[in-house]
Amino acid sequence: MKKNSHRTQKIAFLFLLLATLLIVVPVGLIVVIIIQKGLPAINWQFISDIPRQGMRAGGIFPAIIGTIYLVTGAIIFALPIGLLAAIYLSEYSKDSMLNRLIRLAIINLAGVPSVVYGLFGLALFVIFFKFGASILSGSLTLGIMILPIIITTSREALESVPQSFREVSLSLGVSKWQTIRHIVLPNAIPGILTGTILGLGRAAGETAPILFTVAAFYLPQLPGSVFDQAMALPYHLYVISTQVPNVDEKIRYGTAFVLLALVLFMNLVAIIIRYKFRKKKKW
Amino acid sequence: MRKFKEFIIEKFILVCGIASIFFVVLIFLFLLKEGLAVFNIVSPFQFLFGKSWYPISEPPQLGILPLILGSLLVTLGAAIISIPIGVGCAIYIAEVAPGKIKEALKAGIELLAAIPSVVLGFIGMVTLVPLVKNIFHLPTGLTALSGSIMLAFMAMPTIVSIAEDALYSVPKNYKEGAFALGATHWQTIYRVMLPAASSGILAAVMLGIGRVIGETMAVMMITGNAAVLPQSILVPVRTLTATIAAEMGEAVVGGEHYFALFAIGIVLFIISFVINVTADLFLHKRQ
Repeated sequence: MKKNSHRTQKIAFLFLLLATLLIVVPVGLIVVIIIQKGLPAINWQFISDIPRQGMRAGGIFPAIIGTIYLVTGAIIFALPIGLLAAIYLSEYSKDSMLNRLIRLAIINLAGVPSVVYGLFGLALFVIFFKFGASILSGSLTLGIMILPIIITTSREALESVPQSFREVSLSLGVSKWQTIRHIVLPNAIPGILTGTILGLGRAAGETAPILFTVAAFYLPQLPGSVFDQAMALPYHLYVISTQVPNVDEKIRYGTAFVLLALVLFMNLVAIIIRYKFRKKKKW
Repeated sequence: MRKFKEFIIEKFILVCGIASIFFVVLIFLFLLKEGLAVFNIVSPFQFLFGKSWYPISEPPQLGILPLILGSLLVTLGAAIISIPIGVGCAIYIAEVAPGKIKEALKAGIELLAAIPSVVLGFIGMVTLVPLVKNIFHLPTGLTALSGSIMLAFMAMPTIVSIAEDALYSVPKNYKEGAFALGATHWQTIYRVMLPAASSGILAAVMLGIGRVIGETMAVMMITGNAAVLPQSILVPVRTLTATIAAEMGEAVVGGEHYFALFAIGIVLFIISFVINVTADLFLHKRQ
């Protein structure tokens, strides 16, 4: 009987390990394939040149720049609002009903399908505000999309600052805002940074929200202002893999590699910051 | 003066605090504003259950049943694949894996969650699609099955991380009690931990499915995009999300097609709202 149940356990754990491998191995394979086939395509010309011959040759420079502009715009919009919202939730809110509503709203913002963000951006920014398909419209759309990530991570960072820090500061006669500004925020910065970088990574990789708000199919020049359309890496990858026939495989893999490297690099930085911070934390 | 400044700052923070409520409402209102007009042309019943989606024929036929079934089919397939694997992996990470490996696995799962869907779509196109085509001897590998497999990988990170959290937050003394009674580790997991974490695991599964229904790019790239009633899992299908993404570029602003695509947006918004609120109820119940 005893022996039997141990054998059951062995078999069960084997299946659990199998399930884990079924996730981890394909992920590893995906990354390896993209590195293996994408890395040889990367050279200075690929990074710094405009696409040529209907995107069948040349480089991806405008797409890289477009993505950088979009991500920067999104973070400029989302970071202040997200951070202040997190401060409200962790430091000020008392009303539990309102609190619960805000929490529900954040959960729903995080769950809205990305293409619905695209529709929303089209209806509000492109058409209603008449920004047209532009970097501005795309950045704002992406900004709203990454708001939940920034709020949730910043809030966790703020809440992990020990209550006693606040009490000491308040007992010295410092006002609430000054306490937050000079005591709570500095101690929460690594966590906030982590959230911001994760948000950046998410915004850089999303395609559906920028489809109708900013993305240009083929625009071999750099955008001149925030009211211009722009190319973007994820959309460019979509275009050259499905819309343009006979694109050299190397260019596709190269683009996928640059996009994946960009996104994974940001995630890696976020993970490292979080790890170091956890180790260093003295309380 | 200082009091006044403090007051202004507090109000400003409050405004930002409720910004998320404002944005959710704003999204819904703008979807309604642009989408409800479609019901001047078709009734809600015809829209949801009409069998043909020919938005640019004359007159347009705006029935989204094929798209709903396409989404359901792909989602169902993804759920069948991702739920057992995801929950199994969560149990392994939470209970079986030793310390170092546990951290590495968690990082791996985060890595998967971070891969942009367009990259997964691309990889699916070049690896999975030809594979499915050859195995089943099909005219094309762009099928619901390919979409299901790829989407399963997008659902798994959500399922694994939330289910793992749920298992982790089961009180330690449950486990100790079971051990003290002579149960093996697996018996403890199976009879004590899983039931105790069941509502959290259910929430994990729901959120994973929510992610799949809303996924756009990968699904558009590998399901073949045929807006017909699907007969099997080995034919091309078109989902709700892919329809919006693929057709909005050609729709005339203010036209019937445009309204219909926004109405699909309303349907998606409501689906994701229901899933998220229900999942949150399950998560809340646990605490």
